[in-house]
Amino acid sequence: MTRKEWLDDDAGPVVRPFALIGGRARSSGDDLDLIALITTTGVSPRDRADITPEQATILELAADTASVADIASDLNLALGVVRVLLGDLQDQGLVRVRPPAQVAPLPSARILKEVINGLRAL
Amino acid sequence: MAFAPSDEPVALKILVAGGFGVGKTTLVGAISEIRPLRTEEVLSDRGVGVDDLDGVEAKTTTTVAMDFGRITIREGLVVYLFGTPGQERFWFMWDELSYGALGAVVLADTRRLTDCFPSIDYFEQRGTPFIVAVNCFDGAERYEPDDVRIALDLDPEIPVMLCDVRRRASAKVVLVTLVEHALKTLTATQR
Repeated sequence: MTRKEWLDDDAGPVVRPFALIGGRARSSGDDLDLIALITTTGVSPRDRADITPEQATILELAADTASVADIASDLNLALGVVRVLLGDLQDQGLVRVRPPAQVAPLPSARILKEVINGLRAL
Repeated sequence: MAFAPSDEPVALKILVAGGFGVGKTTLVGAISEIRPLRTEEVLSDRGVGVDDLDGVEAKTTTTVAMDFGRITIREGLVVYLFGTPGQERFWFMWDELSYGALGAVVLADTRRLTDCFPSIDYFEQRGTPFIVAVNCFDGAERYEPDDVRIALDLDPEIPVMLCDVRRRASAKVVLVTLVEHALKTLTATQR
């Protein structure tokens, strides 16, 4: 039996979620909306040791803009953990956060018409 | 109102609400690629009697698995579909989900029409544009949309329609109807 078989999803994460974020439950990323869009700023981390492997993966995903929900799903990590990781990256100036369109500003009629046409064409 | 430059990526959120087992996940799956999302939530008193905490009394959070769907309209314009948790004890997640939502589809089952009352109350109170889509289950008696409107005591401007959430074409019409309704609401408030 290979080692992998002992480490399936049912076994839970090998590294507990709280360990990934240094035991913290609060960060500047707490209020990030599920569909806030995350984009890398182009700034490189000063020291690779400053970021965790999970944060390195986030930077790769965000190179092409990704939503908070997409990042959490891709990493298979709980939303709360991903928010802390993103908050740290934001504090270090490595990612930029764009709030959802409905919050600021409202989506324009033009965008909604585009969505209607896009849905019809599916 | 200034248009966002077209190269700015835009994400929009649509909610799919309704009672437990009404077909929310089926609707999302019919029209988009379903992705799993894990959230860790603080256990509330709502779970008392439901979540068996014997032996783990110190447990204060629980993992709630939910699904979401993504529809790419074009590069830089993506619509996300989130099913709201059907069980009452997950109501605390609704505020987060509905924040910034473009609108909501309330799915109704005519055999258990009361199940969608809480969703309708919630979106009415928040002023979130919503439509009611009656999922036509096999074997359930068919009702006209107007009968459902009267039974739910809905304002005349709220669209009510029949649908089959298993069919992609039907799911498409549901979403188009919602976005058209949201557009109408938006235009009315800007006047």
